Order: sequence, then C-alpha cells, then structure tokens
Amino acid sequence: MLKTFKIGGIHPDENKLSAASPIQVLPVPAEVKIPLAQHIGAPAQPCVEVGAKVKVGTLIAKAGGFVSANVHSSVSGTVKKIEEFVDANGMKKMAIVITVEGDEWEESIDRSTDIVRDIKLEPKEIIAKVSEMGLVGMGGATFPTHVKLAVPDGQKCEALVINGVECEPYLTSDHRAMLERPEEILMGVKILMKALQIDKAYIGIENNKPDAIAKLTELAKNYPGVTVQPLKLKYPQGGEKQLIDACMDRQVPSGKLPINVGAVVQNVGTALAVYEAVQKNKPLIERIVCVTGKPLAKPSNFLVRIGTPVSACIEAAGGMPEDCGKVIGGGPMMGRAMMHTDVPVIKGTSGILLMNKKESKRPEIANCIRCAKCVNVCPMGLEPYLLSKLSAKEMWDEAQEHNIMDCIECGSCNFTCPSNRPLLDYVRLGKGKVGAILRAKAAAAKAAAEKK
Amino acid sequence: MDLNSVLITIAVLAVLGCALAVILYFVSQKFKVYEDPKIAEVEAELPGANCGGCGFPGCHGLAEALAKADDLSNIGCPVGGAPVMAKIAAILGKEAGSAEPKVAVARCSASCNTRIKIAEYDGAQSCAIAATHFSAETGCAFSCLGHGDCVKACKFDAIQIDPDKGVIVDEEKCVACGACAKACPKNVIELRPKGRLVQGKNRRVWVNCVNKDKGPVAMKACKTACIGCGKCAKVCKFAAITVENNVAYIDPAKCKACGLCLNECPTHAIQATFPAPPKPKPAPVPADATSEKPSQAAKAE
Repeated sequence: MLKTFKIGGIHPDENKLSAASPIQVLPVPAEVKIPLAQHIGAPAQPCVEVGAKVKVGTLIAKAGGFVSANVHSSVSGTVKKIEEFVDANGMKKMAIVITVEGDEWEESIDRSTDIVRDIKLEPKEIIAKVSEMGLVGMGGATFPTHVKLAVPDGQKCEALVINGVECEPYLTSDHRAMLERPEEILMGVKILMKALQIDKAYIGIENNKPDAIAKLTELAKNYPGVTVQPLKLKYPQGGEKQLIDACMDRQVPSGKLPINVGAVVQNVGTALAVYEAVQKNKPLIERIVCVTGKPLAKPSNFLVRIGTPVSACIEAAGGMPEDCGKVIGGGPMMGRAMMHTDVPVIKGTSGILLMNKKESKRPEIANCIRCAKCVNVCPMGLEPYLLSKLSAKEMWDEAQEHNIMDCIECGSCNFTCPSNRPLLDYVRLGKGKVGAILRAKAAAAKAAAEKK
Repeated sequence: MDLNSVLITIAVLAVLGCALAVILYFVSQKFKVYEDPKIAEVEAELPGANCGGCGFPGCHGLAEALAKADDLSNIGCPVGGAPVMAKIAAILGKEAGSAEPKVAVARCSASCNTRIKIAEYDGAQSCAIAATHFSAETGCAFSCLGHGDCVKACKFDAIQIDPDKGVIVDEEKCVACGACAKACPKNVIELRPKGRLVQGKNRRVWVNCVNKDKGPVAMKACKTACIGCGKCAKVCKFAAITVENNVAYIDPAKCKACGLCLNECPTHAIQATFPAPPKPKPAPVPADATSEKPSQAAKAE
C-alpha cells in the first residue's frame, strides 16, 4: 500500500492540463522588473545605481539580513530605475527595472549542459554558495534556502525530504523538471545531503506522475542513500509536515519545526537550483513557470527569466482568453488572485492559473450545519468551523488555545464545506491577529527581562 | 410521618440558618473591601452601555477612574457627553472637563460612482479580511473597502453604508466612542469635534480623502480624491490646513468653518455640513470672526 499522511486531506480534481507540454524557453522580454522582496524575510538592499550596466547574473541587491536573499539580474542591459511598483495584490513594492540589451552572461557562469558530478565544495562552503546565489524555496513559500540548511546547534538532521509531490491541482512545473532534468535534480539532492552531512534522502512523488517516479527510481540507483518514495494522491501532501509524515512516519509537534524531528524539506525545483548554483555558479535568475487553466489555448510550461511580466507568459500560452474571470499566482488551492497582469514573475511564481468566469465565482454562503467535514479533512487536526467562529467574534485567546497558529492555510476546509463558508478567510485573519499578539507578548517579555 | 419530625426539621433549619447568617456577617465585616460609595453613585449616572469608548473597561472602570482622578478634563464618557459629566462632577465635587463633543467622520467618499472598479472581491464580507488580501477593489489603495466592519462595530446603530454615498454617520446617534475608527483597517474614520453650532446645525469642514498617492495617480483612481495641490491651504485665513504626504488635513482646533476652502478644491474633496459660501467672495471672514464669540458663549451655556 502506498504511503501518505495520516490525518485529513482531500481529493480535488487534478486538472494537470500542461503535464504533456515540454518546458519551452520564453524569449527574454524588452524590460524586466525585479522586485527586492521576493522571499520571506527582510527585503534585499539594492547595490547598483540607476544607469549601471549589468550582465545576466550580476548581483543587483544584497540580502537585507540573515533571513533574506540576494537578488541577481536576470538579463543584460542598463538599470533604468529603482522605484515602487504596484504588485499583484495592489500593494506598493520596490523593484529594479532593467532595460534589456543583448544577452550577455557573467563569465563565471558555466552555461554548458554537461552534468558536473564532482562536488568540490565543503558543507560550509555549499551553504555559503547557496546564500550567495540568492536561492529560496521554489515551491512557492520562498523561504531562503541557506537558513533551512543551517541546522541550529543542538539539533540533528537525519534525513533530507525532497518535495516532488506537486499536490496543487493544475501545476506541472515540478513534474516537467523531474522528467526533463532528473540527473540535475539528483545531483542537487546529493549536494544538499553533503551540505547537511547526512546520507539519507527521500524524494516524495505522488502516484499521478508514474513517469517521473519510474525515471527517478531508475536513476537514483546510482545515488546511494536516495530513495524515491511513491505516495498516494492526496492534497496537501506537499506541506512540509504532511510530507515528513508520509515519507518518514514522523509527526512534527505543534509549534515545532521539521528539524525537531530530524528532517529538512526542500522542493525539487530548489534541488535543481542548488545544483546550478553550486556546480554551474548560476544564481537564481530563471525558473520553470506553469501557465495553465481551462480557458487557455495552450497550457504550457516555460523557463522564464525572473522579472518577466506575467502578461508575456500568458501571451506565449495563447493569449488572454475572453472567458477569463481570474488570474491566480500559484495553484488553485493556495494561490492568490492577481489584480492585474503587469506584474513580474518572481522566484516563488510556480504557476500562473487562469480560471473561466464560471469557475471563479464563489458559490453563495449558507449556514454552518455542523457536519464536521472541515474537521475531518483538516491535515493539522484542527477544528476550522470553531476557529473561524472564534476569529469572527475576535476571541483571540480561545483561538490560540485551539491551536490556530498550527493552520497551514491549505484551504481544505474551504474546499470541502458544503455550505461554502469562507472558513480559511477567517482562520487566516485570526492567525494574523494571534501571531501579532504573541510577537508583542514576546517583545514585552524580552524588554522586561532586559530591564532586570 | 408525624408532625413532630416536620417541626424538628423546621427548627433545625432555622437554627442553622441563623448561625450561618451570623458567621457570614462577621466574615463580611472582617474581609470587607472598602469601595468609595461615590463610585457606585457615579456608575449609576453613566449610561451602562459598557462600550469602552472612554478607554476604560466598561462603565465601572470609568467610574473608578473618575473617582480617583483629580482633573476630569481628560477623561469622560463620550456617550453621555457634557450633561452626564456635569452631574458626575457635581457628585464628585470636582470641576467638569470641557471636552468638545465629537462625531465620527469617514474621510472617504467611498462610492463606486467616483471610482473605477479594477477588481472584484467575493471573499468573506469583512474589511479586516479583505485588507489582508489586497489593496482595494479600485485603484485607490487607501480607500474605504465597503464591507461594513464599522457598521458591525457600532453599538449605537449610527453608521450605514450606502452604495452611492459611502459611509454615512448619523450625527444624532453617534456618541464618538471610536469603535468604528478602531475597526476600520484602512484608518479612514476619524473622530472630529462636532463643530460650531449655528442655527441648530453643527458647522464642520473636513478633507474627505486619505489618499497619499501623488496627484495624478490619486486623480486617476478617484474623481473626488485629494490631489495635494495645496490650494485650500493657501486660501485658508487661519492656517488650519496642512498638506502632508500629498493629502490635505484640516486641523479642527484651528478651523473656523468659514467654508472658503470648499470653493477652492478642484476635485471637491473637501466636505462640510453646510453649503459653500457664494463664490464671488464677499469675504465672509470678518462676519465669521465676529459671530465667533457669541457662539462660544452659547457653547459654554
């Protein structure tokens, strides 16, 4: 029997429309807009002036702290301006705008397609390299990779878990990467294992991708310690805690991190980027983006330079269809609707999903009938109906007691609710408020301790 | 059962009751917590809505604070207002503060007639949730979201949202408790003094916009946005208007509600509770300045 995580989970329609479409290289646009905050943590600080000439791979913004990431130019050309732009949520963010001239790469980057098998760097050096190349989690959460690799003192990493699950419906970028660049991914896994100084890694793949499972299982024979773990199809298997449960049969306790059970989780896309960064000296300047959706003419997978407008990606996939009600950055379960398409592709853009007008309308909200379906499907074992009520009534203490902070915002409760209640909307609000209260309390306690 | 056992039961219970009552009396004497009797008197005068608008936990909290305070000018019940505070001051034997009566003012025209919709939100009907997702349904990232968190927060039924006119505050019902201002994630609602009473109507002027975008951007997003041009600041004779971050602000402490700025604003972003003075300027300022004193006298009464 196939493995999977133990509690909750749902089965949305897969809709992997672009699974058979090979990765195409999207032409470099005339101008790119590279945001300074593409990751979780402090925004990067620009280190180029307006008018400066940059090449592909030139560092244009330095990490603004430990939990932050470098940003590199994805094109060659001139820095046109450093200014605020309106992002997909309508908020103002800083970005570096570069006018493209030719396609000249930094000499240090190895552009050949040969697989470099010899890992020359030591573990510490690998982590430094990963940090220098501006790597972040490619699954969509964009947590800086070097922070995850730096195992804190007193903790011990026992196994690396690679996320090739791609449990979000529609998205196929990881699937295509596993099919077309398996050797590079496996080399990336080997590098990550060396960096963490461990000899065990699992690659979790759901069994709706038998071709990827077969290919990686075959190739993994040459990589000792790497196990390809086929998993039963269930959303949200790509969640860190769910994946550790599925692959290692270990449960991350409430409020703890994967490292507390001896695991580090990385996405396959990140493994690929790690390989390119360490062996080829290539910063994170492009990524595979899946452009898909039912109304779209040609659902496709593209290799896109960071900073390319989303509209250009949609254009390449057959153009904006008439019957488009929503454009979502990411997958249908956890992605966010965009307010306009003149926004750049960033390090975390795993997919661009178009929905038709009928699909994008939320059904009418009815009363809670206490069926407890949301409780059954919650992969964290929470009670979404209760948490949403507590949030709506602003009962933050009670919400915290019922572990609102454990919510991973997967949206399974919203998906399953027969009354179409916006459960996650309220839970997310409560999570934000409770988080702010906890942070304020911690800060006050710290200030009091310092006074003494 | 004979009569005897009934009588014994009654006798035992009566003796027990008396004994316990005596014990309770001594215990209550021993552990008595002294509370200023004035607190109870003050609390009886307060409205008892426990709205928290005064900043204290309920009416009892305010009563305690009032009994302790030496100076009543900074604390008071916004719901009861001056009449209640005068009574309380009499009970406490202190001087009542002369806090100006205030009213909630929504500083956004918040109507879809003036703003072009560029997105549609159909998530949970709550401003707090909508604000965590995105800027707004229109090009203005500062505006009222229109899902009615302020309406829900108001315990006095004083706020309505009209699709055409935006947030409407009922001046009669509003007690300026500030619950709506706290509930608004965009900080659109401000508590402003009710203003000078002229012919039974409060005269007040405010800038009906909080958009901090530069002029052209703001104008594109909303027809009645403040574009920060500063014309109002120039025309104001009392230096009550300042322009900061591309948006004008009228200081209620300095504003005399003359209405000169109303005619000056190119986008009609300045709102008032009275009609604008006639345009060919007959200089109503001196008239206003003279009428200032009697009105203040009226207020003091």
